[in-house]
Amino acid sequence: MSIFVDENTKVLVQGLTGGQGRFHGLRNRAYGTKIVAGVTPGKGGQNVEGIPIFDTVAEAVAATGANASFVSVPPKGAAAAILEAAEAGVPFIVCITEGIPAHDEARTYNILVNRHPGTRLLGPNCPGIISPGKCNIGITAGEIALPGGPVGIVSRSGTLTYQALYELKQLGVGVTTCVGIGGDPVPGTNFVDCLAAFQEDRDTKAISMFGEIGGSEEERAAEFIAKEVTKPVVAYIAGVTAPAGKKMGHAGAIISGSKGTAQAKMEALSDAGVHVVNNPTEAGEKMAEIVAGL
Amino acid sequence: MDLFEYQGKQYFARFGIPVSAGGVADTVDEAVVQADAAGYPVVVKAQVQVGGRGKAGGIKLANDADEVRLHAGNILGMDIRGHVVRRLWIEHASDISREYYASFTLDRAAKKYLAMVSAKGGVEIEAVAEEDPTAIARLHIDPSVGFSEADARTLVNEAGLDEEARSGAVQVLQDLYRCYVEGDADLVEVNPLILTPDGRVHALDAKVTLDDNASFRHPEWDGFRDIDELDERERLAKSKGLQYVGLDGYVGIIANGAGLAMSTCDVVNQVGGSPANFLDIGGGANAEVMANALEVINSDSNVRAIFINIFGGITRGEEVANGIATALQRVSIGSPMVIRLDGTNAEEGRAILKTVESDRVISSPTMLAAARKAVELAGTGSGSSGAKGAAK
Repeated sequence: MSIFVDENTKVLVQGLTGGQGRFHGLRNRAYGTKIVAGVTPGKGGQNVEGIPIFDTVAEAVAATGANASFVSVPPKGAAAAILEAAEAGVPFIVCITEGIPAHDEARTYNILVNRHPGTRLLGPNCPGIISPGKCNIGITAGEIALPGGPVGIVSRSGTLTYQALYELKQLGVGVTTCVGIGGDPVPGTNFVDCLAAFQEDRDTKAISMFGEIGGSEEERAAEFIAKEVTKPVVAYIAGVTAPAGKKMGHAGAIISGSKGTAQAKMEALSDAGVHVVNNPTEAGEKMAEIVAGL
Repeated sequence: MDLFEYQGKQYFARFGIPVSAGGVADTVDEAVVQADAAGYPVVVKAQVQVGGRGKAGGIKLANDADEVRLHAGNILGMDIRGHVVRRLWIEHASDISREYYASFTLDRAAKKYLAMVSAKGGVEIEAVAEEDPTAIARLHIDPSVGFSEADARTLVNEAGLDEEARSGAVQVLQDLYRCYVEGDADLVEVNPLILTPDGRVHALDAKVTLDDNASFRHPEWDGFRDIDELDERERLAKSKGLQYVGLDGYVGIIANGAGLAMSTCDVVNQVGGSPANFLDIGGGANAEVMANALEVINSDSNVRAIFINIFGGITRGEEVANGIATALQRVSIGSPMVIRLDGTNAEEGRAILKTVESDRVISSPTMLAAARKAVELAGTGSGSSGAKGAAK
C-alpha cells in the first residue's frame, strides 16, 4: 500500500516538451511510472519518445484516462496549469515549480478549496512523491529509495527528503511513500494531510517527518499527532541556527519575530510524544531502531 | 524585498494612498533643499530597515533650516541597531488628531489574507496584540473572492475608529488592499495611519515587503533595488545569484537545497563548530555556480574551514566536482575544505575529486563525519565566540 499514488496511477505531464519536464518525465517513466500523456498548448499531435502530446489537459484525460498530473511549467504559467488540471477533473496534481508569486499561489489554493474539493495539490516548489517500486512523480532520484515499507516520509525540503530516503536505505529500511510537500508559504498538501493518510495506510507502520523553520504547520502537526496518530513518529526540524528575519532559501523558511523557530517546533512535537532528533542521520538511526522493534 | 519608508510611500502614492509631501536627502544640504520645498515644520527621518528609529534619535522635528541642518547632520551616519543611516526622508510635519493602524498580510495557517485595523496606532502592534487583543479588528479575506467596500466598513467600525475618520479610512483600506494584491506585496502596513484636525486620513509611515517571485511582472521595482542594507558578503553573493545569508561563525557552508543547507549549519553547530553562512547553490547547479560559491566563501575573512555538502538530485556529482576543480584553479582558496558528495552521479564526482585531493581538500563519506572534520580543521584558535548564528 501507499498514499496518494500507487502502481496504477496514470500520469500526464504538463510541460513535457520543456527541458525540465522532459528530463524528469522520462526519468519517472524509466523508473516504472505510467506516464501516459504530455500537455503543451500548440503541440498537440506530437510525441516525446512515444508519449503522446495533447493541447489541453481535458483532451489528454479523455484519451488516456490520466488520473494524476505532474506540472513542470515556469512560474508565470504554473497557477493556470494547476487550475486547468483541476477543471479537467484530475484528482491529484504535483507541481514542482519554484518561484510562483505568493498571491497567485494563495488564490489558486483557495479556488481549489472552493470549486474543486476533490482535487489534491502537492506543492508547489516541492520534489514530488515517490512510492518506491510503484510510482515516482517529480524530481527524486528513484534509486535512493528502498521499496517495501514500513516507513512513510513527509518532508518540506527537497534535498532533505533525499537525505531521509538515503539514510533509511543505508540502514536497510524501506519506504511505503515519501511525500515532499514543499517549502512555499501556501502548500497544497500539508503535514496533517500526510500524517492522516499514513495513519490510515495499513502498510505504513511508522512515520518520519522532516520540517523546517517558518510558519506553524509543524505545530499543527504536533496537535494532530497527539490526538489522532497512534503510529510512532520521528521528527527532525532544520534551521536551529537560522537567524530571525532572514529567508533561508525557501520563501516559507523565515522566522518572524519569535514565531516559527526550530526550538518551538521541536518542543511542540516532543510534547506530542514524537521522537525528536537533531540531524538527518539520527532520524535514520532512530527510525531503524523503531522498525527493528515493531 | 523590504522597501525603505520613502520607497514605501512612493509605492503607496501609486495606488492613491495619501502620504505627506517630501523628498529624500543624502547630505545636509540636500536635506535643507527638501525641507524648504516641503514647507516648515518638517520631520527629518532616518531611512533604515529596522524598528525603533524614533527611540534611537533617528526621527526629529525641525522648525527651520538651521534645525534641519542640526538634525540631518546628527542623523546621517548614525548607527541604529547595526544599520548605518545613509539617507534621510524629509517631509512636511502633519498635525495629528488620532493615530491608527492598518495592515494586510498572508495568514499562513489560515491560507487566507489577514486584514488588521486598530484605533491604537503609533505603537508596536505586537505590544497592542499582547496587552489588549480586542483593540485589533481582524478579517480573513479569501484571495479568490477579494476585499469589498462593505468588508472595509465592517473592519473600520469594529476597530472603533472615530466617526469623522471612517469614510477616509474605508477608502485607504481599499487602496491599500489593491497595493497589497496588484502591487504583489507580502506585507503592507501603515503605522500610524493618522486623522488630521481637518478630517483627512493619511499614511504617516509605510512598511512594504515586495514578493521577489513576482518581480517578472514589475519592471518598475528595479528602481527600488538598493543592496546597501546587505553586508559585503551578501552583496557579492547576490551579484552572483546565490542564496546566501551571512552568519557570525567560522565554518563556511556550501550545500544544495535550502533544507540541506540549513541542516548543514545545524550539524556544524552540533559538533561544536559555528557556521559562517548559509549558502544554497540550488538545484541543478553546475561547475560555474560552485566556483562562484567558493569565491564568495573565500572572500569572508572569518572563514577558517569550508564544508561542502551536496546531495545530488537534479544537481549532478560530476558537475559539482568540476566546479571545485575549476575554483581551485581560478582562485587561491584560503581555507581547507571538506567535501561530502552523494546522490546523482556521486561516483563520477568522487573520481574527479580524487585528482584534486590533498591535505587541504578532503573527501568525507557522511554528513556528520564531514562536519566533524571541517570543525577540526577550523581549529579553536582566533578566539571565535562560537556564537549561535545571529545575522550580521
